[in-house]
Amino acid sequence: MRKEYLKLEKVEGPLIVLTNVHDVQYGELVSIRVDGSENRKGKVILIDGTRVVVQVFEGTAGISANNAAVTFTGEPMTVPVSEEILGRTFNGVGEPIDGMGEVLTNVRRNINGRPINPVARKYPRNFIQTGISAIDALMTLIRGQKLPIFSGSGINHNQLAAHIVKNARIEGDDNRNFAVVFGAMGVKHDDADFFVRSFQESGVSDHVVMYINTADAPIVERIATPRCALTAAEYLAFELDMHVLVILTDMTSYAEALREISSAKEEVPSRKGYPGYLYSDLSTIYERAGMIKGREGSITLIPILTMPNDDITHPIPDLTGFITEGQIVLSRELNQKGIYPPIDILPSLSRLMKDGIGKDYTREDHADLASQIFAAYSRVQDVRSLSQIIGEEDLGDIDRLYLEFGRELENRFISQGADENRSIAETLDLGWEILSMLPVTELDRIRTEFVQKYYKGKQNR
Amino acid sequence: MEHREGIVVFINGPVVKGVNMGSFKVNEMVTVGEKQLIGEVVSIDGDTATVQVYEETEGLKVGEKIHYTGRPLSVTLGPGMLGNIFDGIQRPLAKINEISADFIPEGIGLLTLDDQKKWDVTVTARPGDFLQPGTVYATVQETLSIVHKLMVPANISGRVAEAKPDGPYTLNDTVVVLETPDGRRVDLTLCSKWPVRQARPVKKRLPIYKPLITGQRVIDSFFPIAKGGTVGIPGGFGTGKTVTQHQLAKWSDADIIIYIGCGERGNEMTDVLEEFPALIDPRTNRPLMERTILIANTSNMPVAAREASIYTGIAMAEYYRDMGYDVAVMADSTSRWAEALREISGRLEEMPAEEGYPAYLPSRLAEFYERAGCVETLGGQEASITIIGAVSPPGGDFSEPVTENTKRFVSAFLALDKKLAYARHYPSINYLTSYSGYAGVLENWYSENVSPDMMKLRTKMMRLLQEEAKLNEIVQLVGEDVLPNDQALVLEMARIIKKGFLQQNALHREDTYTTLEKQYKMLMVIDTLYENALKAVKMGIPVSTIRSLDVVQEVLKMKFDIPNDRTELLDQLHDRIVNDFSELSRKYE
Repeated sequence: MRKEYLKLEKVEGPLIVLTNVHDVQYGELVSIRVDGSENRKGKVILIDGTRVVVQVFEGTAGISANNAAVTFTGEPMTVPVSEEILGRTFNGVGEPIDGMGEVLTNVRRNINGRPINPVARKYPRNFIQTGISAIDALMTLIRGQKLPIFSGSGINHNQLAAHIVKNARIEGDDNRNFAVVFGAMGVKHDDADFFVRSFQESGVSDHVVMYINTADAPIVERIATPRCALTAAEYLAFELDMHVLVILTDMTSYAEALREISSAKEEVPSRKGYPGYLYSDLSTIYERAGMIKGREGSITLIPILTMPNDDITHPIPDLTGFITEGQIVLSRELNQKGIYPPIDILPSLSRLMKDGIGKDYTREDHADLASQIFAAYSRVQDVRSLSQIIGEEDLGDIDRLYLEFGRELENRFISQGADENRSIAETLDLGWEILSMLPVTELDRIRTEFVQKYYKGKQNR
Repeated sequence: MEHREGIVVFINGPVVKGVNMGSFKVNEMVTVGEKQLIGEVVSIDGDTATVQVYEETEGLKVGEKIHYTGRPLSVTLGPGMLGNIFDGIQRPLAKINEISADFIPEGIGLLTLDDQKKWDVTVTARPGDFLQPGTVYATVQETLSIVHKLMVPANISGRVAEAKPDGPYTLNDTVVVLETPDGRRVDLTLCSKWPVRQARPVKKRLPIYKPLITGQRVIDSFFPIAKGGTVGIPGGFGTGKTVTQHQLAKWSDADIIIYIGCGERGNEMTDVLEEFPALIDPRTNRPLMERTILIANTSNMPVAAREASIYTGIAMAEYYRDMGYDVAVMADSTSRWAEALREISGRLEEMPAEEGYPAYLPSRLAEFYERAGCVETLGGQEASITIIGAVSPPGGDFSEPVTENTKRFVSAFLALDKKLAYARHYPSINYLTSYSGYAGVLENWYSENVSPDMMKLRTKMMRLLQEEAKLNEIVQLVGEDVLPNDQALVLEMARIIKKGFLQQNALHREDTYTTLEKQYKMLMVIDTLYENALKAVKMGIPVSTIRSLDVVQEVLKMKFDIPNDRTELLDQLHDRIVNDFSELSRKYE
């Protein structure tokens, strides 16, 4: 029987402080029994001699200096993993909340994991067809990639994520080796329900593992949620050889929880009050995506975050963008125009795309076509701001063609039905069709041979 | 010798304090706890020492022991570094992977270069020779393109008492025994140790005079880098910092490349590991990996080792420099290193200066960049280290402390621009705000080795781009069509310079690297086009007519269509431009 400590020195924010404690491990899991019944979990975050600071995942509400019995477990925080977790729902710290009882397994894994050795990594190259033209053509998702969705509050990013889950499954997978791990931090109940329903509709729900911390659940619990989810994902991918798609939402709530703990610890804040280690901390989540040599499975990670005030330079999207392999940026303006998915293609990017597209993967002309669409759409923005000043009528001929191109691109290429699943060939052909509105002299990013083969406009000027 | 053993009393992430450590030294390497985590003493206060630990401290307990190693954090310098990948404290990642598959655990101890491998050594020292520090006593063909020279360490000199015959030796075998003037015998093996935080001595610094040729047009022609120079490359995320650094690592004409992946993505290191062995160095016809050393401390690896990785890299660079090689160091990204400093500083409860960074940030940055330079080595050879540091300013804001301070210590500043990146203008080096302090210094070299008017052409092109920027302000208000013909020509020429010259596709087989000769001739072709077009415009020929000439399309695609070794095609293009314009002007006469 482990020793119980009954006296707390201090309770502050999410932290409790104990004194006269011996034989404690840094980072170990702490079990806290409040008023003799309710069990909470904590983690040792600082040891100073016999004084120990514990972060309580469920929060400290209701804890007094005398009503808690604290036990140090001698173990780091773990979650149970097995094939049985497929189809199950857990709370933010990995306890079952679906009424189906404990997971029967002896295998438990440390939720913090350990960094993948860069030597052991396999560079991701396999294209995932999401069926969404803007993504497939311009910011191609690669199996094993971490590609976040940068959204804003009120923009329907959940629908996009569900759309990706639904379509991404089909490409060459059967249900046997495909799984979705869903980690929700501080999401609204209806958002969580939306995902549950959409997983049911797309027929994957028996291959989904959910770790859910809702908006009204304890804030500190959110620190553990993505780690539980990724620990499960690592097990499924690297031990059971499954292709795992991990959706984490909303990383903004996660970062806010981190800030709250940091300020309770009285740490020196960095930008906007977030701790200086926000980058390192986020990387220990995002970098768990990937593929490993000699293993069949993969972890593809799609974190969703809402940019506070739609500001892409805010520390959360900013630091995320520095770690992830690109980003899908959603635009409020397109959303308001009723374009779904409202993907702002210019700031969006997939860094792994260069190695996963082209002749042997998608189609030979893919890279050139994408580059030309980006260049042309960037020109569209310039022309639009010009036309606001001098009016559309006074624009030059070429500029007017660009305006028309921009409209078509948004309305026919970026925009598509909520259930629509376009093949990559359809997507690329559609791209050429719209690009062919421009005279051939404007296509300076595309090799002559591809222009001759695919361009649908008048070849002679 | 007293028995030195500290006891852990405080743990906060990578920062651990121990008591009973009064006799430990600052910067001394220690092992912490039962798992023997590797750490370094950062400060001492009476009996208490603060240690930064290079591995995960989860599971560590108060009361565990801290052991001294008696030496500062050091690198082992010897054959076996080239073509290898190390973590921030020079542990070979491949070896770690053998010990623990796929994931990096803590407590694997201090590993270093392979000491089992036999190297074919040619011993050049002869008994009776008197050797000074820096003298080569033996050589090893480390890779087919690089000869590894074993040098007498600094502060040791003496007469060769014993020299082993040529043959296979391992890292720790003695090949030469020196007898110092005071009668000590010193064994010289295939390796030596060097404290990473200390710069290796040189005979003297030399002035900078030759370029580091990168094959990247915007750099070589517009913002040249010098061998021995310092370069900062700041850019927000998605602006192509890493691709730019990779391009420099691939194509720079340095002898040795040291690529420090400091707090960046794991997959990027994997990319280099998979790509470089397959790429052939155009100068040696050997795989690029044979001249490359990778240091990978990815963002999710322990933060203290990230702080050390920069020093590990530069110490290795200095070692190869001392052999007489031109070394280029790519640090991607120095911001992550600065953040590691900040994180540790915060945990040490130091008083923060700007944005939470410690007050010593500028001096640390200066120390790092000052380890670059063109030097005469102790062995009397000319050699250099070029440092190219990527900076990742938060929010792309160049006024933040790391970018600001880097600007003070580097002479070339290649600012990556979000707007250009969004338009997929790569490399997204902003041609208006970037600068290179080496352009003047290198002018002589360019006129002697490329062409006397290379720099003149550069200035002319840059002036056109500046004029365009000014005109653009007007165009944004009134549109392009109302500009007079000569101004419209400036816009057209700027477009050609940008698309035909500055934009360079790293993934295109021909375009990824451009020789200086081709760069010069491309500039010459653009200039010819400009001069002829200018004449035509003065005759009243509209710019739209000029734009639709076939030669203009050819100029735009010359980067793709004309191979590096067929630059005579550019001369032909030049002649065609002259011809076509004279035909055009005959029509208008």
